[in-house]
Amino acid sequence: MINPYVALLMSAALCSLVAIIMVFASRIIGPQNPSETKLEVFEAGNPPVGTLRGMRFPIKFYLVAILFIVFDIEVVFMYPWAVIFRDLGWFGLAEMGVFVGILTVGLAYVWRVGALAWE
Amino acid sequence: MEVIFTLVKVIVAFVIMLQMVLVLLWVERKGSALIQDRVGANRANIFGGLLPFNLGIVNTFMADPLKGFHKEDIVPADADKFLHWLAPIVGIIPLFLTFAVVPFGDVLILGDYTINLQAAETGVGILLILAMVSMGVYGVVLGGWASNSRYSMLGGVRGTAQMISYEVSMGLAIVAVVLTYGTLDMQEIARAQGELMWGVIPAWGVFYQPLALVILFIAGMAESKRAPFDLPEAESELVAGFYTEYSGSKQLVFMMADFVEIAIVAALVTTFFFGGWQVPYLYQDGFQFPGGWQVYVPSLLVTLMQIVAFLLKLFFFCWVQILVRWSLPRVRYDQLMDLGWKRLLPLGLANVVITAILILALQGFTV
Repeated sequence: MINPYVALLMSAALCSLVAIIMVFASRIIGPQNPSETKLEVFEAGNPPVGTLRGMRFPIKFYLVAILFIVFDIEVVFMYPWAVIFRDLGWFGLAEMGVFVGILTVGLAYVWRVGALAWE
Repeated sequence: MEVIFTLVKVIVAFVIMLQMVLVLLWVERKGSALIQDRVGANRANIFGGLLPFNLGIVNTFMADPLKGFHKEDIVPADADKFLHWLAPIVGIIPLFLTFAVVPFGDVLILGDYTINLQAAETGVGILLILAMVSMGVYGVVLGGWASNSRYSMLGGVRGTAQMISYEVSMGLAIVAVVLTYGTLDMQEIARAQGELMWGVIPAWGVFYQPLALVILFIAGMAESKRAPFDLPEAESELVAGFYTEYSGSKQLVFMMADFVEIAIVAALVTTFFFGGWQVPYLYQDGFQFPGGWQVYVPSLLVTLMQIVAFLLKLFFFCWVQILVRWSLPRVRYDQLMDLGWKRLLPLGLANVVITAILILALQGFTV
């Protein structure tokens, strides 16, 4: 049996090839007639005003990203635990119970301060 | 020989995914027409209509991509050119890659060779799928940022927040499944579902983890950014969201990424909860019905039936998602975030804890 990651590598090569061909297809077989108006960004018909760099957006999105990191690491940590859970038995459950308990308190706190509220 | 088999399996897995995407392009148009009582796409044909009949499905799913490839590729003058090119590529390669670990059949016995019908038998398939689906966020955020348009930017920001929010719930739902089967290999999970409960019912995951199924399906639909969760590309607010400034084949790639995500969600639901390639009561040497009645089926035919069963299940769950998309209105952004963080996340955590306690309690009774 060959190394399974070789298969993954083959798959990656095939996927990359098809994806790159598809992305560049228009550039190769499509027409190219650029004009100044065509190259403007879409702004409902008006000439676009100013540039986007430095545009402000609500801080909430950033907050969601931070919360995501906290909880996603929790989930990732659960995977190896879930695989060997039957061998760990009640000990494993108690250990993970403490971990999940602390995070649940964290979630309750975040909820209460209103970090999850969008008005 | 092994290398050739592996290569063929890789290609087959890729083709299963690609044909599903192309068929869905057609089903989406025709199915939405069916739901809305329209005729839908019926113009595509070969030889300028000289044929007396319309080839329907084949024509339409060939015509849509071909039309996309022949359009002009426009990169806005103010855009970050490199990232503008990179975004669709980064967005779709990881999604294509996921199907390498999805099992599409049990084993194929060809003479002396026994081939495991899973392209990459890594044993950590679930982790790979989670990682690759997460990579899909980069396509959205880079596409939104690079275009330098307000609509794209808003769509990209919304899409990122939405996708990462639901990723947590999706991960938790899958943790419960991993707990139940004790493995990260999708092939082993599919095999474990071939057993029978009380000698009659197939032991499919849906009977063990009904809550995880609901969470995974909702979170998966939110991950694929489609109605009722299509806020990143909400037509009525953001023109086309993060791919407003894309045209031609690059826009097509973004659309295809949506359909690949639908196929991934369907594949996950099928493999975790509905037995994957399992046909009830069908084993390697034929049917064995409860009550002792047996029917012999040749091994090759068994494999064929399993592959067909997998494709049918896969297609069924894709169709359910399209049905939901055309039936439900879009949710508000606060409702979306509430559902993700305040409903699905606590529910997923509770599901994991309850599953763990139940497993130990049942073990205690049997030992």
